[in-house]
Amino acid sequence: MTDSKYFTTTKKGEIFELKAELNSDKKDRKKEAVKKVIASMTVGKDVSALFPDVVNCMQTDNLELKKLVYLYLMNYAKTQPDMAIMAVNTFVRDCEDANPLIRALAVRTMGCIRVDKITEYLCEPLRKCLKDEDPYVRKTAAVCVAKLHDINSQLVEDQGFLDHLRDLLSDSNPMVVANAVAALAEIHESSPTAAALIDMNTQTINKLLTALNECTEWGQIFILDSLANYTPKDEREGQSICERVTPRLAHANAAVVLSAVKVLMKFMEMLEPNSDYINTLTKKLSPPLVTLLSAEPEIQYVALRNINLIVQKRPDILKHEMKVFFVKYNDPIYVKLEKLDIMIRLATQANIAQVLAELKEYATEVDVDFVRKSVRAIGRCAIKVEQSAERCVSTLLDLIQTKVNYVVQEAIVVIKDIFRKYPNKYESIISILCENLDTLDEPEARASMVWIIGEYAERIDNADELLESFLEGFHDENTQVQLQLLTAIVKLFLKRPTDTQELVQQVLSLATQDSDNPDLRDRGYIYWRLLSTDPAAAKEVVLAEKPLISEETDLIEPTLLDELICHIASLASVYHKPPSAFVEGRGGMTKVALPSRSQSAGSQLSDAAATPAAAPSAPAAVQQPQPTIIPSQGDLIGDLLSMDLGPTTQTAPPPQQPDTGAMDLLGGGLDSLLGGPVGAPTPPPAAQPPMGTGSGLGGLGDIFDLAGTPGLGGGCYVPPKQVWLLAAKAKGLEIAGTFSRRQNQIFMDMTFTNRALTQLSGFAIQLNKNSFGIIPGAQLNVVALNPNQSFDTSLPLSPVGPIQRMDPLTNLQVAIKNNIDVFYFSCIMPIHTLFVEDGVMDKKIYLATWKDISPSNEIQYQISNVTYNTDTISQKLQANNIFTIARRNVEGQDMLYQSLKLTNGIWVLTELKIMPGNTSITLSLKSRAVDVATAIQQSFDLILHN
Amino acid sequence: MSLSAVFILDMKGKVLISRNYRGDVDMSVIDKFMPILMDMEEEGQVSPIVVHGETTFMFIQYNNLYLVSTTRKNANVCMVFTILHKLVEVFLEYFKELEEESIRDNFVLIYELLDELIDFGYPQTTDSKILQEYITQEGQRLEIAPRPPMAVTNAVSWRSEGIKYRKNEVFLDVVESVNLLVSANGNVLRSEIVGAVKMRVFLSGMPELRLGLNDKILFENTGRTKSKSVELEDVKFHQCVRLSRFENDRTISFIPPDGEFELMSYRLNTHVKPLIWIESVIERHSHSRVEYMIKAKSQFKRRSTANNVEIIIPVPSDADSPKFKTTIGSCKYIPEMSAVLWNVKSFPGGKEYLMRAHFSLPSVEAEKKEGTPPIQCRFEIPYFTTSGIQVRYLKIIEKSGYQALPWVRYITQNGDYQIRTH
Repeated sequence: MTDSKYFTTTKKGEIFELKAELNSDKKDRKKEAVKKVIASMTVGKDVSALFPDVVNCMQTDNLELKKLVYLYLMNYAKTQPDMAIMAVNTFVRDCEDANPLIRALAVRTMGCIRVDKITEYLCEPLRKCLKDEDPYVRKTAAVCVAKLHDINSQLVEDQGFLDHLRDLLSDSNPMVVANAVAALAEIHESSPTAAALIDMNTQTINKLLTALNECTEWGQIFILDSLANYTPKDEREGQSICERVTPRLAHANAAVVLSAVKVLMKFMEMLEPNSDYINTLTKKLSPPLVTLLSAEPEIQYVALRNINLIVQKRPDILKHEMKVFFVKYNDPIYVKLEKLDIMIRLATQANIAQVLAELKEYATEVDVDFVRKSVRAIGRCAIKVEQSAERCVSTLLDLIQTKVNYVVQEAIVVIKDIFRKYPNKYESIISILCENLDTLDEPEARASMVWIIGEYAERIDNADELLESFLEGFHDENTQVQLQLLTAIVKLFLKRPTDTQELVQQVLSLATQDSDNPDLRDRGYIYWRLLSTDPAAAKEVVLAEKPLISEETDLIEPTLLDELICHIASLASVYHKPPSAFVEGRGGMTKVALPSRSQSAGSQLSDAAATPAAAPSAPAAVQQPQPTIIPSQGDLIGDLLSMDLGPTTQTAPPPQQPDTGAMDLLGGGLDSLLGGPVGAPTPPPAAQPPMGTGSGLGGLGDIFDLAGTPGLGGGCYVPPKQVWLLAAKAKGLEIAGTFSRRQNQIFMDMTFTNRALTQLSGFAIQLNKNSFGIIPGAQLNVVALNPNQSFDTSLPLSPVGPIQRMDPLTNLQVAIKNNIDVFYFSCIMPIHTLFVEDGVMDKKIYLATWKDISPSNEIQYQISNVTYNTDTISQKLQANNIFTIARRNVEGQDMLYQSLKLTNGIWVLTELKIMPGNTSITLSLKSRAVDVATAIQQSFDLILHN
Repeated sequence: MSLSAVFILDMKGKVLISRNYRGDVDMSVIDKFMPILMDMEEEGQVSPIVVHGETTFMFIQYNNLYLVSTTRKNANVCMVFTILHKLVEVFLEYFKELEEESIRDNFVLIYELLDELIDFGYPQTTDSKILQEYITQEGQRLEIAPRPPMAVTNAVSWRSEGIKYRKNEVFLDVVESVNLLVSANGNVLRSEIVGAVKMRVFLSGMPELRLGLNDKILFENTGRTKSKSVELEDVKFHQCVRLSRFENDRTISFIPPDGEFELMSYRLNTHVKPLIWIESVIERHSHSRVEYMIKAKSQFKRRSTANNVEIIIPVPSDADSPKFKTTIGSCKYIPEMSAVLWNVKSFPGGKEYLMRAHFSLPSVEAEKKEGTPPIQCRFEIPYFTTSGIQVRYLKIIEKSGYQALPWVRYITQNGDYQIRTH
């Protein structure tokens, strides 16, 4: 017997007939009729007109019939809210039925009838069911609370159902616990008030961990997902949860495994890095992740997207597992593409040969997208693993020889990147590339080729002819090709001015006169004017050295990565977007963050301050002393310093809240990464992570400063005092002064001299509003001065005052009052006194930020006559809170990558190019606020010449 | 956070049956699914996750059906895919097959199952053995309505009480599948074993079982370093196994479900020679003919024999007039697969066989470039495991004290066994 017969009634007046059958006295006929109704409903016919008749069948002792009627109700109650009330009585009665199956069915269905009028009638039966003797009913009722909350959250909270749910967490039955957890998590996400009521504590967590061992696989997922939202109160609790979650990695259900991975990845953050436990855990995480790749393709896909995050966060876990990501012929394309991505992330010098052999194999397959991505991957390998660059280039050349059109084009695009990364190394292949000029029909490939020709015009004999050939169809080209062509020809002209004048005029006129594209026109005019007014300047602009492209492409920005790690297994982890980007409402807005270890450990991950939800608990944890952790030596010094400096650090200003949105990205976000929550005392000075020898010196500088000898070699550079106020202009009062920075604070060091004939007394100082909000941090402490007497004073300054832009930025207007009169003068604060101690930017953030700041915000200076070697330069700058993030040697030049942060949260990233034997060094700096550039350059000049 | 609704669609995207669990996604949105999927396919951007505005579709395909779920939240997508596959499994156990017809034929039961399997998007009871105890069409005819079995909410949610057998027996199958990936120039890129211990349990009452394997870590922990043991890289267990116990002392203890199930699976990399090694020489003379010379070599012990060895050699789709010559077995050209199937019923260890094939090629070449699919191989070697895993004991304790006999079988077969060609 099959049900398909119910679909086949197509008589006229069907509804009418059904109505009659529904009201039949015969039970069997009734049931048949309901089945027909449901069948009609299934194929999408509107049978809502039968509502009263179907509801009439509700009172039956036949379970199957009852289920069908309930199903009907769920579908149509919304369209007939008034009629739906008819069903309430039956629901209430069914909730007290002797059979638990019926009680549960009633409570389950009730919650699915999303009609406001009904909800209040549901409260009583629900309350009873929550306390039902049968766990099957209780577990169903638990979910029903979440349903009701979704319809009417106020009602649920007012009726105290949340307390009931909490009680169910202690239920003797694991299935009830699991569903209660799911319901609580659901409510937690959607309602801020409820969230406060049901916050997890150690006790509940323990109950959950116990239930974890006993409940069904699905229940385990609910529990694990809930655990992942909890922030353990200390390291020990974190570790003990990890220990109890680890066995789940051996579960056959992939979702249990991935949720367990989420909990572990999150809580690992709070454990001592490099401890034995972390190492063991790292080893344990790898096999289950690999096994997920034998699951169904959809699950593989989810796993791969998550692995992509995991290898970025903890590269150690899968570093030896390259081979499992090799693509199989019958993998679905979405799995292939993800595997490719991970292969590149795992590529190192050790395994590059294998990877390249694979990529080359893939590049000969038939799926165009996959082939393209494979070719691109070869280029990425070249850029990532320097030692492999040559092999990659030759592989790409092999591929170009295949003459497969899209392979050639893709190869040329990546070769352009390789040229950018390794200038002056592989130009010998240009002639081979040029052979393929005619086959290129994609804009990106054409633009890349044109760029290559322009960049190396001096080595390509017929560069002019090649470029000229492109000019013929100039207006049919894509904009990016047009722009490249314009620039390339100008480059060519600057390199070979004699025979290309005609060409450049032609392109300039094409760009400026015949084009509608404003970008193109503007660029054309700029070149034109540059060339006509100052060819030397044109050369500097057009042929300027380009910054090297970064090693690793498309890394996820670290704060986002941390957030995504908290969302492992969820859609966010597949989209690689925070939930707020695709979920509307509050549920998506709650930003989650990885727990941080402790602030003194210099963890870069504490963005607790940036997360409203985590804020109440996290900062508290941060401020607590953590006796369980034995501090490393660096931390100890930090602690000592902070003890000595107690009073001064307390008065240290909180980081200023930046006021523009764009600044917030830079200032606020990163601030909270590095520092504590806004408004709380700033961390002790040595809290920065140790940064090699340089920072050791910085630390020493601090110690020297403590001893009260400002301006000592290693410390912050203090310019000699200058006379700020002449006695002649101030009725006998002379003030000479300078600015210094010590103990995390800016000081105005002044010498007051009385050149008058009478005693001067009653000194007070006031600073005009200024660019950095500098105000006196204390009273001016100057004794009464007798004639010809001098007095030295140091006035602490803090950057928390009102802000007004000054010109120059570092200009400070001062008013001094004494018993005679008020005098005014202005002085320049060397900007380096505003560089704060926590100006160390994480390497990855540095990289991301550098890329992120538009090239137009990059400014270059030459600093000449620098006699120091690179080490000394780095040390000197470090002593002034300009921190070296990375150092590299590129073709004999030393490159220093540095970061500094101003008191107002502005970050400045700099790059120093130092040529051994050359006293002139190049400073490139990037900041979102370029206004500070000049001042920064001056300070470099100052520091490096003293 | 979980799924909002489940739809079962036919190939054209028509809804066969659906269930709305959360009411937060408009059910008509499903009409958008198929057009978007088609667009994605056209652009070669296929993915099991499809986005339309704020709605996310997560889907799997089974036979000629799509099982689609929707959500507007940040759902646990791994759980969603797992439950979709689980739905297929449950339906299969109920209806033996799952296709358009079986959906229509059983729509009442499917509605009931959907109601019981998932509540408000959260998966509930999915063990079909247990479900069959209270969700059956026959059951409705009983005068007394069924009650939820204890097992639904018990800690042991996979086994009901009161099971009785006259003869208590357990069958254990240790099945190892060999995954192999060989590059075109004969390098082994990957070689791994995915093993599974499958059980058929016919035991009365609530028996406690303990399985002993020659697990290397267990042996090391207990100081038996000399005995031959196997290092299992990753082990996955059926939910009946007490995971924390295994984590503690590597004991595999459990109360089994009734009947057939997979107790555990494991994975390990092997460094042994590929069991069946295949070399190929392909000579392609464009516009006229293509010739194949395939050599298959069995690299396992002489006393074992591989049964039903099938070697699948891909050939161009426009090849015709096949001619074969082989030292053993039979060859067949299968045009719909664009492949030759070389079948050797019995392939003893340490042997080497040859096969030659010859095809004509049309003088006009097809425009579309064809890929080079790998050679694949299927086989089965009974009484043998590559890893050397052994069942040392299976202890069965039940309070009634009956004696039960475990039967153990070993078998090795191919998994994903691919040899790339030029």
